[in-house]
This record gives sequence, structure tokens and C-alpha cells, in this order.
Amino acid sequence: MNILVCIKQVPGSSNVEVDPVTGVLKRDGVASKMNPYDLYSIEMAMSLTEKYGGTVETITMGPPQAKSVIVESICMGAKKGTVLSDRKFAGADVLATAYTISQGIRKVGKFDLILCGKQTTDGDTAQVGAEVAEYLGIPHVANVLSVEEVKDGKAYVTVSLDDMVVTESVQLPCLLCAENDINSPRLPSYKVQKTVTDDLVRFISFAEFEDQDANHYGLNGSATQVERIFPPEKNTEKHSITGDSAAQAQGIFDLLASRKLI
Amino acid sequence: MGQLKINQNLVNAENAKELVKLCPFGAIGYDGAKLDISAACKMCKMCIRKGPAGVVEYVEEEVAAPTVDKSLWKGICVYVDHAGEQIHRVTYELIGKAKELAKVTNHPVYALIIGKDAAKSAKKLLRYGVDRIYVYEDEALEDFRIEPYTSAFYDFIEKVKPSSILVGATNLGRQLAPRVAARCRAGLTADCTVLEMKENTDLVQIRPAFGGNIMAQIVSPACRPQFCTVRYKVFPEPKPSDTESGEIVLMQLAKEALASNIEILRKVEKPKDVDISEADVIVAIGRGAKGEQIRAMAKELADLLGGVLACTRPLVEENIMDAKHQIGLSGRTVKPKFILCLGISGAVQFAAGMKSSDCIVAVNTDKNAPIFDVAHYGIVGDLCEILPMLLNQVKEAQSDVQ
Repeated sequence: MNILVCIKQVPGSSNVEVDPVTGVLKRDGVASKMNPYDLYSIEMAMSLTEKYGGTVETITMGPPQAKSVIVESICMGAKKGTVLSDRKFAGADVLATAYTISQGIRKVGKFDLILCGKQTTDGDTAQVGAEVAEYLGIPHVANVLSVEEVKDGKAYVTVSLDDMVVTESVQLPCLLCAENDINSPRLPSYKVQKTVTDDLVRFISFAEFEDQDANHYGLNGSATQVERIFPPEKNTEKHSITGDSAAQAQGIFDLLASRKLI
Repeated sequence: MGQLKINQNLVNAENAKELVKLCPFGAIGYDGAKLDISAACKMCKMCIRKGPAGVVEYVEEEVAAPTVDKSLWKGICVYVDHAGEQIHRVTYELIGKAKELAKVTNHPVYALIIGKDAAKSAKKLLRYGVDRIYVYEDEALEDFRIEPYTSAFYDFIEKVKPSSILVGATNLGRQLAPRVAARCRAGLTADCTVLEMKENTDLVQIRPAFGGNIMAQIVSPACRPQFCTVRYKVFPEPKPSDTESGEIVLMQLAKEALASNIEILRKVEKPKDVDISEADVIVAIGRGAKGEQIRAMAKELADLLGGVLACTRPLVEENIMDAKHQIGLSGRTVKPKFILCLGISGAVQFAAGMKSSDCIVAVNTDKNAPIFDVAHYGIVGDLCEILPMLLNQVKEAQSDVQ
């Protein structure tokens, strides 16, 4: 069974701030890491290949530095990986991102199973996986808690819906989005890290894609546009409760009492 | 649409350094001679607006920009999220918002319901002032499976051509909306916290972005329909009217469109957990609520007030609290009558999940913490002193009553 896991490099900290005076984004260092949600899907892929054979590959889209998350996935057991990187991909929204990844996947090869994490910590949209599946023309299931079994060309999965846990079978090939916190991701092996060679990480740019219409990628291929970014509105009805700790505790108590919550 | 162009002849060591520092995504590099923009660029155009004049330019590309005849797309549609006959309350909240938006453009409001006994459920919506309720009903639609549901949704869009589509950000809606949006090659904005309508029918979608303390205002000016998802408890639920109104329209779908590669084998109801989004009173703790003792007191206070204990993302990441108790964009959205935030700095992702609460009280030692921007009552003080005193007072008051 050959599995592809879609992963992403995200900022190490989510503390990006806007300077209220200049409107400039304040960059909090450039440290970045693997999207933590992707660790669960990599672990899911590894344990499936341990059970059923086959290999795990990973794919990401981003700047050349995104190579480091591919290397990390190789240290967790993936055989190799791909970085989709091109300035033409810059400024992509969900639609253009999903389309770019689907084109990349077509270029990389055929897989029985494609896994995604629940969402990323920087975009938090949880939508790219479903759109990739649509562009690949395969079924997808999100909120997957576990893959119980793979048999007769079908994956048997348990899924967390809003108020139910559903067991279902899905015809392969398919795309699954793993839930958060469903397993204990293995640690990357530093022994492997020393042996990772450049040929294990492939870079694919726009020039290699089948669809050569630049209007399908990056900002041009995005349906949504960011009109403006601004600091969140501040609450105008503001009071402060001052005094020593006893007075402040009394203040909270009075608020609770006046709302008949005590 | 276009791209960024660097005028290398204007580049010098000084302004190059400035640009490298300015770019929030680290996409600008300088090797001593040439300035370069890498694939890390997010096209935020900060380098043009705030950088040295003329060095980076935005060049419009001579491409046939996609256009759409907006007058062909009419109406605001709400997808009806339901499990069997139980309609998810986010649906009513979205209908309320859709009616508000529709007033600007004088558009009709539609509801779309897909399911096995969908027509029966559709009747419940007649008291909410929807103009037309479109119904796809079939045995094959009994359980949610992505392919037939996408087919029905897409069929509706092709036939009715709604301008905007609002979907509840439930586990189901989050799977269905992107799949349908991708099929339409349309824009989709997740977890909007504010929706507005322009007179030209562009839906203004506002949400927290870049994972940080920034709000982004998003539009899809050259695309129809416009999709967005909104979480439960973000908008107020409208009151049903005494009289029924609106028309139920039964839709037909070809049998082959109902085919699926997915088979539902077993369904088990989830045990009824604490649902923080339903609570009237919440005591929320963040990283500043240090130590087991403080957290135990917070829990006790929540219990005494008949509320629940909730937390921020870091506490979940550190395995101190369960993810079910997390407030924020990656957790739950809450709208209690009273929320006490203890030791929470108030990142926009957290604030987005609780800022429509009726009364927000925050305690933090840092007077500059952003939580004080959303709090109605701010207390700059020491949690370790205030919490025990408050707890004692509440205990005393309750024992007096008994």
C-alpha cells in the first residue's frame, strides 16, 4: 500500500501582530516547524505500512525552506518527499492551494491512500484536504479517528461526526483527513537525519505541471482576495476594577451577584 | 491580478536591508548585489506600501481577468445542517444573518436541505422567513456521504444560481462546503466572524488570519457563488415568527448522481460530553493560571456557579486540559452570559471564540494583555490572590442561602 501524506511548514509561533500605527505586520523571528496536526497523519501512515507493507511519501507546498519538514518526515519513516515551490504559487487561497497540490500529486505518482492533517495552525481553515480530493476526483472522509482495516481495495475507517461516531468503508484510492490527537506520533530519528541525502527531496516547479495555465495558480488562481488586514476591534464598553486583591475579588463577586449567577 | 517586480537599479545595501526586515514572511533575500523574492511571498504587498519607494512594484499582468455577470446570480442560501430530523441550531443563526444581508441587495433568502426525510424537516423552517426551501430527498441521502451530497448541492447551484452560500462550520459542513466550492471553482472563507453585504452583491467576509492577531477582510469579486462557513454561536438566533411563510420546492436528481464509493456500516451516538458551547457560565484558564492548585480552584468556582471550566490552546497542547474544553478557532466558539478569563493573554484566535459573550471579565497581571481589549471588565492583578478570595466569597454566599 502506497501512502502520500500532505504536510505543511507553519510559523513556530502564532504571535504575529500588526503595528497599530504603521499597519506593518510584526514578524516574530522566522522560526518554523511542521504543522503539529500533520504528525498524527504521518504516524497513521507509518503504522498502516507497517501492517500492510508499502511505502510512505510526503508532499508540501511552500518556499524552498519547506524542505526541512520533508526531511523531518523522512526522519519519522517516510521514504522520500516533494516540495512544490514556485513564485507563481505565491498568494494562493484555499482554491489555488488545493489545485496546486492536486497537480503536484498527479506529477509525483499514484497512491492508494492520501492522508492530510485536520487543519494547519497558521491557516486554521481545515478545507484544503477536501478540495484536493475533489480535484483528484476521489472520495474523501474527514475527522478520521482510525483506519481499522484495509481489505479488498477498501479502507474501513471510524469517523467523528458532530454527535456520532460512524464506521464506514471507503473505496481506494481515497483521501482521509485525520483527527487531532488520535495516536502518539513517533519522534524523528536523528540517526536517519544524518543519512538524508538531497536526492530524497524532490523540488517541482510550475514548469513541470501538466496544467500550464498560470491563471490557475497563486494569486491569479485565487477566487478570494484579501481586501485589507487590520487589528481586531477593541471593545468600547470597558471598565476596570482597581484596588487591592480583596477589592478586585469583591468586584467580580458583585458582577456575578448582579447577574443573579450566585 | 499581477506580480511583484523588483527594480534592481534602485536597490542599494541600505534599502535592501530595510526590505528584508520588513517582509513579514521572510520572502525577500539580498545577496549583496541582487534582491530576490522567494516562493515564501504571500503577496501581502507590504514591501510596496511600506518599503522604500519604487524598489518593488506591482505589475498588472495582461491576462484576461476572470469576469462574472453578477446579475445572473441572485439570492443568499443557507445550507440546512441536520442529523435526521434534528436541525442544527447554527442553521437558524445563519438564516437570521442571511435575511439581514439580503436586505442590502433586495435578494431572496433560500435554504437548501438534503436528506432522506428532508421535506419533513423543511417544514420547521417555514417560521423563519425563508423565501424558498429547496429539498433533495432520497433514500440514498439518508447518511452523509460526500459524493451524493456534493452532487445534490452542485445541482442546486447550477439550477438556482445563488449569489452567496452560508454553511455552518460543523464537522459535516466543513467537509461539504470545500468540496462543492472546489467543484464550482469558487472562493470559500472558513470560520467568518463578521459578514457584510456590498451593494454590488460582493459578500464581505471577515475572519482572523495568519494565525495571529490580525483580522482579514476577504471578498471574491470575480467569482460566483461565494461560499463561507460560520461557526455555531457566532451570530444570534432569530425568534421564529407566529405565521408560516415561504415555499418548499422539491428538486430531482438523476440516480447516477447518487452513487457513492462510501458505505456506512455502523453509527454510534457519542456519549453526551460537557459541551462548553452550551454553557451559561464559563471559567476559562490560560497559561497564566499556573499550578494545579490554581486550576483546581478555577474548576471549583466553575462548579459552584453551575458552569464549566474551559481553556486556551496551550493548555491542550501541554496535555493539561482536554481538547473538548478548548475555546478558540481550533476549539469551540462560546457565547455564555458570563465568562471569567484567568491568566489568558487573549490572542485573536482565542478572542474569536468568545468575544460575543454577554459579559467578559478578565484577570491578568500584564496590563497590556490583548484580553483587556475584548473584556468588559478588566482586572490587572494577581490571580493567586484574587481567585482564593473570590472562591471563599462565593462559597459563603451559597452556604448562607442553604
